[in-house]
Amino acid sequence: MHTKTIAQLVSGLRSKAFSSVELTRHYLDRINSLDSKYNSFVTVTDDIALAQAEAADQRLAAGDASPLCGIPIAHKDIFCTLGVRTSCGSKMLDNFIAPYDATIVENYQRAGAVMLGKTNMDEFAMGSSNETSYYGPVKNPWNTQCVPGGSSGGSAAAVAALLAPAATASDTGGSIRQPAALCGLTGIKPTYGRVSRWGMIAFASSLDQAGTLTHTAEDAAIMLNAMASFDAKDSTCVDQPLEDYTAPLGDKLDGLTLGIPEEYFGEGLNPQTAERVQAAIKVYESLGAKVKAISLPHTHLAVPAYYVIAPAECSANLSRFDGVRYGYRCAEPKDLADLYKRSRGEAFGDEVKRRILVGTYALSAGYYDAYYNKAQQVRRLIKQDFVEAFKDVDVIVGPTAPNPAFEFGAKGDDPVAMYLEDIYTIATNLAGLPGLSIPCGLVDNKPVGLQLIGNYFAESRLLNAAHQFQLATDFHQQLAPETA
Amino acid sequence: MEWETVIGLEIHVQLATRSKIFSGASTAFGASPNTQACAIDLAMPGTLPVANEEAFRFAVMFGLAMNAEIGKRSVFERKNYFYPDLPKGYQTTQLAEPIVGSGVIEIELGNGERKSIRLHHAHLEEDAGKSLHEDYHGMSGIDLNRAGTPLIEIVSEPDMRSAEEAVAYLKKIHSIITYLGISDGEMSQGSMRCDANVSVRLKGDETLGTRCEIKNINSFKFVEKAIKVEAERQIDLIEDGGKVVQETRLYDSEKNETRSMRSKEVANDYRYFPCPDLLPVILDDDYIEQIRQSLPELPDAKRDRFVSEYQLSSYDAAVLTADRATADFYETVAKTSGEPKLAANWVMVDLAAHLNKSEQTLADCKVSAEHLAGLISRIKDGTISGKIAKQVFEAMTEGEGSADQIIDKRGLQQVSDTGALEKMVDEVIANNQSQVDNYKAADEKKRPKMLGFFVGQIMKASKGQANPQAVNEILLKKLDEQ
Repeated sequence: MHTKTIAQLVSGLRSKAFSSVELTRHYLDRINSLDSKYNSFVTVTDDIALAQAEAADQRLAAGDASPLCGIPIAHKDIFCTLGVRTSCGSKMLDNFIAPYDATIVENYQRAGAVMLGKTNMDEFAMGSSNETSYYGPVKNPWNTQCVPGGSSGGSAAAVAALLAPAATASDTGGSIRQPAALCGLTGIKPTYGRVSRWGMIAFASSLDQAGTLTHTAEDAAIMLNAMASFDAKDSTCVDQPLEDYTAPLGDKLDGLTLGIPEEYFGEGLNPQTAERVQAAIKVYESLGAKVKAISLPHTHLAVPAYYVIAPAECSANLSRFDGVRYGYRCAEPKDLADLYKRSRGEAFGDEVKRRILVGTYALSAGYYDAYYNKAQQVRRLIKQDFVEAFKDVDVIVGPTAPNPAFEFGAKGDDPVAMYLEDIYTIATNLAGLPGLSIPCGLVDNKPVGLQLIGNYFAESRLLNAAHQFQLATDFHQQLAPETA
Repeated sequence: MEWETVIGLEIHVQLATRSKIFSGASTAFGASPNTQACAIDLAMPGTLPVANEEAFRFAVMFGLAMNAEIGKRSVFERKNYFYPDLPKGYQTTQLAEPIVGSGVIEIELGNGERKSIRLHHAHLEEDAGKSLHEDYHGMSGIDLNRAGTPLIEIVSEPDMRSAEEAVAYLKKIHSIITYLGISDGEMSQGSMRCDANVSVRLKGDETLGTRCEIKNINSFKFVEKAIKVEAERQIDLIEDGGKVVQETRLYDSEKNETRSMRSKEVANDYRYFPCPDLLPVILDDDYIEQIRQSLPELPDAKRDRFVSEYQLSSYDAAVLTADRATADFYETVAKTSGEPKLAANWVMVDLAAHLNKSEQTLADCKVSAEHLAGLISRIKDGTISGKIAKQVFEAMTEGEGSADQIIDKRGLQQVSDTGALEKMVDEVIANNQSQVDNYKAADEKKRPKMLGFFVGQIMKASKGQANPQAVNEILLKKLDEQ
């Protein structure tokens, strides 16, 4: 059962080949017996999963069921879940149980999806390797010496290791697409505002967006159909009509224009990764797409602008973790300053501290104009690059990450080298555009991702282009060794 | 050397919205700690703010009443600092693009002169919670009921030159916000709080002196005292060769002194930046115009109208319109009784004295405007005398009902019936024969004064109910007949 896509599981449930309880038990068994190899789950919610599966089976029997009814999924531990610990990968929230569900968690519940558990992640979603989690690193099912990418490394590893058919994730600078690339999955980050941020613990509010990790574009469409909604509780959520993302999947690509940004193929890109990406572009040409060379001239400024804006926002977003109302509190604080210093000092990891410090510095009097304001100006230029490009092309195509999965500790001493792993994904977040990564081959037996970037709210076009590619190729069907 | 005090005020006003500025929790005053704080107010992870439209409407009303520019685009920013009653670790407020821009209002000084005070700007922000230091034995309690209550912070230019001017300005703001109904303005409950920036300079100097900020003054009286004592402190300091240090100070009302809040002045860096969870709020002209149309009559306009419509003096009109409840009360009395001047006297003298003595407000006072109007009507139509009216008013304050009910119940109607009065006069004459003789013997010129004795006796006999004019006429006639 675990090698099936969601689309196949949906038919299986409806043809009564298996029940949701059977399916759920099967995944729970796999998690409980195999996850010690990957460390992809922080919390496994057996009882909740089985209760939800039973309810789903009743709905299925009654014939009143949406496509996801009875399908088990995993939630990244950044999404608040009522009554179930939400740690965000941090010691700070190791004891935190939210009294509410995130809107997307509610949306999946309403659709009848079954929650298997909460997945591991970089602490507060800060990291590109899943090495910063308080719960230890997640291992890449393709090669357990290597990182799964981050920050949604737990969600990616769980799906790649066939411990869940799909998982939710979040992407602030590439945290869905980069792990998708490194674990051979389809990962989509929707347009900023398409999916509610209510109940998703904030890292950088103007960049954070929830999305999904699946094996196929079709599954991504099914997942996104349930995830997307307008939510009045999130002021940045856009009241855009909902679409059925599965509807245009079968459309042919004749006449589609792909833009290939020269800046995405420069120095720093692994030559073998470049080859796989170029080959994928050839596939698109064979499917009838036209290819056009384009320029996104401010690409080189994306990483520096991002590493001002994201830390600035996070420095304020993480101030609420003060040891006063919930979360970690140091033992025997001497006074108020001691309570703050030790609670935060003892519970935040190094990468989180680094970003809070960078953000605090960037917002300080005397530096604000040089850093924060400048970064916001750069952000507008980057957005403008895309606006110009989308006048001529429908989808922008390039690599998702410069390298396949790297070994643990490889970039541990060099935060900048780590930050450059997101060089192709960050600009999308700065512009608020939707982005998607699909597998396009292997390098050294490790997956390589092809990134598709679309115009605002063009998720259906991206999913259509990804699905057509997957009809013509079998990269997405290649499974991590020892998983099947 | 002649010194001049320069004052600017920052006034925080809690807006009377039903729910908080970024959450749906209630803003009602006085609930048990932490019963009106939801997940958003507690800054639980993953929660997000949604701006309260009513708070914007109230702020725009205020801006229009202050003749100020309205920020058609306003932006919330985060002001970052750690404090236990500030759950998010930042206050959501406005800085670069506030909802209300510069404006100007007039205040009235004691000598009847008027002066313009400029508004620098007013912005929307959220209130913090409260730290409770009593009852926790070396620990502090946090009550987050107040956290997220909408405030407008009203920042004046340093245009005031005395404590009296500052109080007049503060009262003017109080009067405007209560007229608009956007706040209850209760300083004792913290609905209106005042910070005063005070500096001194030699009269004629162009540059401002170094200022001190006196924080959180919670009554009109203390504002006046705090400014006076702080200005004196600064003058003494400078005259003794010292220098004023820019700092935040607290006013101690028991000792009537200000003292430094922080031992050393640390320049706080609040690292303001636009809040990414809230989008800029854009108001269109129609929206603003609609609010302008719906504004109630404001104190200045009402004062001018009272002068022209009810022929009141400008002073009386200003006193009666200082707060909306009094103005509305007066106007009902004036209109119902048809006696605007008598109504003004009763409201400003008798009613004011009663409220003062009983420490009541109009809202808890048992005398309704209709009752007072009824009382005035009974004076006018001769049912009771002015003297009896005071008795009736007394009874009204005890909750005994309308003037007619009280007059009936106590039998206080003025006696004008000639037969009854003649009988009383006859009795008084018969019982005071020697005074009658004296009267008869007296010179014509002295007689009116002597008549007073008989009138007094009759009023006494009638318990004040005899119609004095009728008594006079009958007396004169009867005495002549003697």
